[in-house]
Amino acid sequence: MKTGGIDIGSRYIKYVIAEDNLPVAFYKEETGTGPLEVCKRLLDSDQPDRILATGYGRHLLEVHGNVQTITEIKAVARGAKEMYPGCRTIVDIGGQDTKVISLNEQGAVLNFEMNDRCAAGTGKFIEIMARSLGFELQDFGYHCSTDDAGLTINSMCTVFAESEVISLIAKGAEREAIASAIHRSIMNRVISLMKRIDIKDDIIFAGGCAQNPWLKGLLEERLQRPAYIYEKPDMLSAIGAALYAGQMN
Amino acid sequence: MWKGLDLNLEAHDGLLGVLSDAYKGIYLAQENRPEGMKYFDFVISEVHGLRIEEIVEAKKEKRKVIGTFCVYVPEELILAVDGVCIGLCAGADVGSDEAEKYVPRNTCALIKAFMGFKLAGLCPYVNTADLIVGETTCDGKKKAYELFDEITKGKMYVMEMPNKKGEDGKLLWKNEVKRFAEKLESISGKKITLEKLKEASKIVNDKRKALQRLSLLRANDPSPISGLDALLINQVAFYDDPLRFTAKVNELCDELEARVKAGAGVTAKGSARILVSGSPMAIPNWKLHAIAEGSGATIVGEESCVGERNFRSLLDDNFSSLEEAVQKIAERYMTINCACFTPNDERLSDIEDLAKKLKADGIIHYAIQFCTPYMIEAYKVKKHADKIGLPFLRIETDYSMEDMGQLKTRVEAFLELIGKGVHA
Repeated sequence: MKTGGIDIGSRYIKYVIAEDNLPVAFYKEETGTGPLEVCKRLLDSDQPDRILATGYGRHLLEVHGNVQTITEIKAVARGAKEMYPGCRTIVDIGGQDTKVISLNEQGAVLNFEMNDRCAAGTGKFIEIMARSLGFELQDFGYHCSTDDAGLTINSMCTVFAESEVISLIAKGAEREAIASAIHRSIMNRVISLMKRIDIKDDIIFAGGCAQNPWLKGLLEERLQRPAYIYEKPDMLSAIGAALYAGQMN
Repeated sequence: MWKGLDLNLEAHDGLLGVLSDAYKGIYLAQENRPEGMKYFDFVISEVHGLRIEEIVEAKKEKRKVIGTFCVYVPEELILAVDGVCIGLCAGADVGSDEAEKYVPRNTCALIKAFMGFKLAGLCPYVNTADLIVGETTCDGKKKAYELFDEITKGKMYVMEMPNKKGEDGKLLWKNEVKRFAEKLESISGKKITLEKLKEASKIVNDKRKALQRLSLLRANDPSPISGLDALLINQVAFYDDPLRFTAKVNELCDELEARVKAGAGVTAKGSARILVSGSPMAIPNWKLHAIAEGSGATIVGEESCVGERNFRSLLDDNFSSLEEAVQKIAERYMTINCACFTPNDERLSDIEDLAKKLKADGIIHYAIQFCTPYMIEAYKVKKHADKIGLPFLRIETDYSMEDMGQLKTRVEAFLELIGKGVHA
């Protein structure tokens, strides 16, 4: 049977097709201002027998397409467990949410924590900071200096952090050192969320921000153990949704 | 009449428009509502209408209007001088820019709202009040009342709540109750007599009993009433005429009992049953209930000041002197387990008892952002929930709508975790 999982995120819509419980096709488009049109286009391009929606915009399809939904927490847990059977902890940094999730041995969600209402410590934050330093988002993690002279970004509010960055630039600090400080401030936020859950191995780093190598390094350094990253870390929720779609009544 | 209330009439009409749209979307859209809710729908439609007219009429009869913010203010004493006791507007993101001229941005939404409602000229109740009673239940309120006294030109009266529940605290509180009684006598020009106080105590106890009855009916699976409707009734309890309110709640409960006998409820049997615990939800704050019930859960109780804490204990009205009455009133109000106390472990037992009584599947801890006492106490509640084996979700939010999506994700993921997610 051919099943589909569509993850409507704040920045990108991810669409995965699974055949006999194996993900076989991956699509990704910017969410933009007309997410419903993007969804329809994606769904028309590759039509599964059953479909399940997840992500921030999941209810859009529930209302307009009578598509059943699960939360991205349940979805990413399933996707990560499928790809890494030993998975017990997930760190998922997406566009506007950062989530940490602990799973039991069977892969069921035991507990989760999410960032509060603001963008602090999320992908959006990284994007804004990269822009204020003049880096491309994709390259940001490659432009961090190991010698950041102990610079810190204290404010977790995106607006104030941006002013901090601007004043550091004005003081003549190296862009690379500031970049490193920004990454560290994000990881501080992630670690403080993780302290509220049980951290067990294996740890899976998911979401678009897992493509940033500097964040992975910081995460492993702070946890003192390896974090595994699936080759398409932003697709794990859509994979999970596609797999659940196969189980629906 | 309206001109005399010193309101910003244009903005006030705007607010009522928004409120009415929200009410239609959240309340009237619910399916399978009890007939008895029609009265409360009517009360809401007249929240800034007929009820205000009634209060203005009461003032013409020389009755005093006492505005309050908190369940620690003894309503019996107010009624004993023929006063009208009104909970003041504090549940919507209104006039916060005005309020921020006085208080810092990171002040809790409830404080900003009560200041904002007044400053933007949107709360007719505060303008009809002869006395506004505050209480030192948190630093934010305590300091804001100083400013509110200036804003309301000297209408504030502040009762001092002790920080601890020991003997010193009880004595302090008893003296505060006594001073409050004297204050009421002096502004109303009426003596509190034993007979009057007995009569007033019966009115308030009857109201509490009706609310207890409603609370207990929610223990049924399926619940005969939605959490949204029950929350609304608990909110209305603070400003409706108490005798009429009690009669209407009891009428509704008769209907709910019949529903229970017929096995009828608002949700399917077996849907997730959630106990909400934490900061008060002043009218029209329906945010969390709307999200949770919109996701298929039923809120079965509120361990909150707008909820159980308001009616859980009755006043022992078997007193034979005013001195004894003051003592008993003080004792009754000290049984309310608010996070303003340290320590406050009795609240944990309250939550446990309530969760058992209402057969809750999980607890959502609700704190208004920057409401430090409840935000911090959430840690202990979580630990206790773990101990008694109940799933727990902690939420911090305010009155704005911008985090609705995130909250919905968290609540739905919580329902999935309980194993009673509705969608798949």
